[in-house]
Amino acid sequence: MRNDAGKLSLILLMAPFALWIGLLIVLPQLGIGYVSLREKVGINQYEFGPGNYADFIAEPIYRNTLFRTAWMSILVTALALLVGFPVAWYIAKIARERSRAALFLLCLIPLWVSDLVRAYGWIVLLRETGVVSTVLVGAGIIAQPVEMLYNDVTVVIGLVYTVILFMIVPLVSTLQGMDDALLEAGYNLGGGRLTVFRRIIVPYAMPGIVAGCIITFMLTAGSYLTPILLGGKNSSWFTEQIYNQFITRYNWEAGATFGVLLLGFTSLVVWAGLRLTGQSLSTTVAKE
Amino acid sequence: MRHSIRAILAGTAAVLAAGGAQAETLRLLTWGSYAPEEVIQMFEEANPDIDVEVTYSNNEEMIAKLRATGGTGYDLAQPSHDRIYAAQVEYNIYKPLDLSKIDTSVMTPNLLEGVKANTTLDGEVYAVPHQWGTSGIMANTAEAPDATGWADLCDEKYKGRTSMRLRRTILLGTAYAMGMDPFALYDDTEAYQDMLDKVTEKLIACKDIIKTYWTGGDDLSALMLSGEVIVSETWDSTAFKIYNENQDIVFVPPETGALAWIDTFAIPRGGEADDAAYKWINFVMQPEIVQLMSASTGAIAAVPNGIDLLPEDKRAAVQAAFDEEDIANLKFFANIPPGLEDMEGIALERIKAASN
Repeated sequence: MRNDAGKLSLILLMAPFALWIGLLIVLPQLGIGYVSLREKVGINQYEFGPGNYADFIAEPIYRNTLFRTAWMSILVTALALLVGFPVAWYIAKIARERSRAALFLLCLIPLWVSDLVRAYGWIVLLRETGVVSTVLVGAGIIAQPVEMLYNDVTVVIGLVYTVILFMIVPLVSTLQGMDDALLEAGYNLGGGRLTVFRRIIVPYAMPGIVAGCIITFMLTAGSYLTPILLGGKNSSWFTEQIYNQFITRYNWEAGATFGVLLLGFTSLVVWAGLRLTGQSLSTTVAKE
Repeated sequence: MRHSIRAILAGTAAVLAAGGAQAETLRLLTWGSYAPEEVIQMFEEANPDIDVEVTYSNNEEMIAKLRATGGTGYDLAQPSHDRIYAAQVEYNIYKPLDLSKIDTSVMTPNLLEGVKANTTLDGEVYAVPHQWGTSGIMANTAEAPDATGWADLCDEKYKGRTSMRLRRTILLGTAYAMGMDPFALYDDTEAYQDMLDKVTEKLIACKDIIKTYWTGGDDLSALMLSGEVIVSETWDSTAFKIYNENQDIVFVPPETGALAWIDTFAIPRGGEADDAAYKWINFVMQPEIVQLMSASTGAIAAVPNGIDLLPEDKRAAVQAAFDEEDIANLKFFANIPPGLEDMEGIALERIKAASN
């Protein structure tokens, strides 16, 4: 009797989660996978086959955009780690107990505003007649207004700014668990700053680094608004091509194919990244 | 006790019945600014039993949304006249209009006939006109006084100061500027592809000249008003709005003819409030509502005196832009055959991805 009640409560507890995973994650993915294998041969005529994938491979534009997106996402992830690590270290180790919460909150504040508004913030700052350019001209540092918008550098900066929080949060939570005695022991045993950082801090923070990198990489590769709004005439982003296929070309089959490929390719990059750095999910993110 | 339960039940039933009678909702799928708050309020006052819900969208998204739901979810849509035929053939998302319920006598006869001819399938009419406007170029006359056509967007002397929207309109405009007639090639896939290849090459070479591709009206307004861009592709309505703020910036109908679109009324196949939809169509075509509507959209209503019903400032802008000859030279978008947009799509992506 009690056992049954226990089972029932477990089922009830898991039901929302199972429904969420099933209806909102698995089912749509299966649908996309199915549509991607449907070849359009005429008006309202479809055949089953891998033709859409063959089209993707045959067209260098799509391939190059996918590689470009992946490459820039890796760059954004690396920069986010570079900038985020000192910030996380300061919050977790150097800041006093009382200011820690406030600092953490300061990192969260940009998230209260939507991506769209933040992208427009960058536009106002960086455009040719924008704040930065005007101030520089006014101060006599440059003679002509300069256009800082519409190029890849701006896209990378905007993306780092958008995703850096997702790097800082996991880093802070792992670093906070680190006992300062470990560092002292390292120094006492004759380790220099670099050795302590390389042999003690980085290995200890690895779960946070891996989790942060995976989240930021996936968010960046899948982002749409920031690259579109800040990017210029030459900056294609793969999600933009998925949108174009679905919306402006009415080509759901190709759009679905691109979606599957983006998911597959980014997963591959994450896997390759873990292999190259000798990490695995079970020893880092899922560590007990 | 039993009495009271019965009373409650009866009361509930009465409320439900009354609620059912007045719970009609008109779900509009239209362009930004095509359903101003003031007009909605007046419509709801005139028809207290109808609630209006508005979703703002654009041509491509309207079709994508209706296709995804099989034509349900909305009761009235407003795609352009060239986006009805192919979408209906391929996706079956609209239902035929009952013209007896629409007061077509107020509509400009040639626009009405044009839309009907474009949207008739198996003898059934699928759309009637609402407002029309054009695409062309906009120039800051203080700095670019001699801009006359699409080709100026790629003119070396404006290097870094021009802009365009990377969609099908610029492909068509550039084709005209290069001496071709895209609408005449619509039915000849090979010739059209040949034309697209030439246009693609031209627009890739043009990437050096343009500053950036604009993506929406607000984006374009900021570029023009800040002076960062002096010649740009534009919708005339956006140019008319800007003219109000800076009278140096005018709409220039390209010498090869401005490209004209007509936004229509079409009823989605799964629409559930046809009567309310017909009421809305007839309501917004009344002269006093047309005035409010045009003030909000900047587009000209498909009624014979549409230009007179524009607000003062926009009428001045139209008169500054168009003369009789320009109006006679308008090129109305022809029906897009199925599959054509896929060809154009790849051309647009080639242009976007090319770097030089």
